[in-house]
Amino acid sequence: MVQEVMERQSDRAAERREVVLSVRDLTVGFGDNIVLDRLNLEIYRGEILGFVGASGTGKSVLMRTVLRLLPKRSGTIEILGAEYDKLGEAERIALDMRLGVLFQHGALFSALTVRENIQVPMREYLDLPQDLMDELARLKIELVGLAPEAAEKYPAELSGGMIKRAALARALALDPDLVFLDEPTSGLDPIGAAEFDELIAKLRDTLGLTVYMVTHDLDSLFSVCDRIAVLGQKRVLVSGTIEDMLACEEPWVKSYFRGKRGRAVVRA
Amino acid sequence: MTRAQTQAVADVVLEEGAGGTGRRYVFSGDWRHRTAEAMAAKLNRLAKPSRDHDEFDLSAVTAMDTAGAWIIRRFLNGSGGEVRFAGGGERYVELVQAMPAELPLPERDTRRHPLFQRLFAPIGELTVSIWTDTFAAMFILGSAVRGAQMKLGRHAGVSPAAIVHQIDRMGVMAVPIITLMSFLIGAIIAQQGAFQLRAFGAEIFVVDLVGILQLREIGVLLTAIMIAGRSGSAITAEIGSMKMREEVDALKVMGLSPVGVLVFPRLVALTIVLPLLTILANFAALAGAALVAWTYSDITFATFLSRLQESIDFSTVAAGMIKAPFMALIIGVVAAVEGLKVGGSAESLGRHVTSSVVKSIFVVILIDGLFAMFYAAIDF
Repeated sequence: MVQEVMERQSDRAAERREVVLSVRDLTVGFGDNIVLDRLNLEIYRGEILGFVGASGTGKSVLMRTVLRLLPKRSGTIEILGAEYDKLGEAERIALDMRLGVLFQHGALFSALTVRENIQVPMREYLDLPQDLMDELARLKIELVGLAPEAAEKYPAELSGGMIKRAALARALALDPDLVFLDEPTSGLDPIGAAEFDELIAKLRDTLGLTVYMVTHDLDSLFSVCDRIAVLGQKRVLVSGTIEDMLACEEPWVKSYFRGKRGRAVVRA
Repeated sequence: MTRAQTQAVADVVLEEGAGGTGRRYVFSGDWRHRTAEAMAAKLNRLAKPSRDHDEFDLSAVTAMDTAGAWIIRRFLNGSGGEVRFAGGGERYVELVQAMPAELPLPERDTRRHPLFQRLFAPIGELTVSIWTDTFAAMFILGSAVRGAQMKLGRHAGVSPAAIVHQIDRMGVMAVPIITLMSFLIGAIIAQQGAFQLRAFGAEIFVVDLVGILQLREIGVLLTAIMIAGRSGSAITAEIGSMKMREEVDALKVMGLSPVGVLVFPRLVALTIVLPLLTILANFAALAGAALVAWTYSDITFATFLSRLQESIDFSTVAAGMIKAPFMALIIGVVAAVEGLKVGGSAESLGRHVTSSVVKSIFVVILIDGLFAMFYAAIDF
């Protein structure tokens, strides 16, 4: 019994060290403007990484480059142990299936209902009967905390918070290993944002997700993020736990975490 | 990686416990999306767990996602009593237990409508929509007439820059295509006319045919149809996408009338531009006809022109030109009405752009017919 528990713990310790996403010497630029210069970043399995940085420092550019929506100048990006550039077409699709993305404004397909939105990846990649797909869509809707009635609604009929949840449900449709969240709590009220944070933590625990979260919400950074990376001066300035951030003497990091709003969150 | 996924195998075996101690369901392999269908069917065939001492063994499961976990959970829900998990695989047990016990179905409107209602409801809806469309069109037309005053508190209110910009986009940029199209139409009518009239030795009347037909009907009609397709669709798409992105609401909140700001300049521009384009189209068509008359029937330009002067008088030209501003207003108003009806989805934008073009072309042809009847009645 004791041995079993120890095995499990070492299992988890081994899991923690497994690198899910590794970015090495990444350079991205548009014309003469270099946005990211030899950037390095690693995310480990099962963690929630919060990504912060001043507006215009390239947080979105980094995420879009990792998702291959933008071309990179140089460097390597390794996702789930595979380097995308070296993969064949079938392997690329298999890799895409293991990623989920929540775009900042949801990016739900406006002509489809929430249920149909969630079923898009299932329909494209899997050969499932309709009733099982319906059940799985309802399961995802239940998991992200939407009312069952939301299934047959169109995105235009949803509130901001519901759109985020529905988009998360679609991102989780194929049970990805790595989920990218772009400002998941922006535009939500504090209670809704806190609920969303809890939801992400709960899903991480039950489904074993790894989460890459771009956020400006100090509450999220304090409450759910295991590790935080700060982007600035075209690279990752510092990364570490919230304690590391609070101890950091870099001026921007200091004013971000120990400014007026940061202190208020720490006190609370 | 791919190969492993395509060959994913999962299994579940029911072991009858010795001496009636209970059943043991042994799950093994890859319980993910790919195996979900087969495994759901297999579980359906197995006897449901019923006795309290039945056990689920997940220790041989190698992978599981929510699809697999849900299938097992669903199977578990069918049992009468409590089922124990035994023999390890804690991570997967946790996942199965994290699944909701049941999935509530959304409430659906299951009322059956009587046949009478299902037959006549669409007709009623259509009638109401025609009425509201007409009402909206009248509102837009009225607002446009009052356009100058719509921007309360501002001096003149009319923005010449916006109107000139629209004239440039809808008029100047349409010149090449309208000229080319009308030149070809004139040429085609003249060629057919020449061939048919040759049988009667009345080839010279091709000039009358082209002149009257083009100036009274074809010129303004085809120009209007081209502009409905080219500019009507653009107006609907512009206003519609502004509606989708709440820009129309932003105008309203600023105390500006969307009709005054968005529709009025376009309507004025169309009303100026369509008659001008019609004149251009008429010249181009007559040029095309003259060229064809010369090549096929040896009617020289001088003969063509003198014959044209005899057959055409001011009323012929006026009969066509009077229609142009009306058609311009119809195209603009229909496009604006459809644009303001766009809802939240991309699909609705496409639908309204389509119906804007279809409706405005239809109404333009209808109006042309009404004018023809009117002219006949007053002997114009």
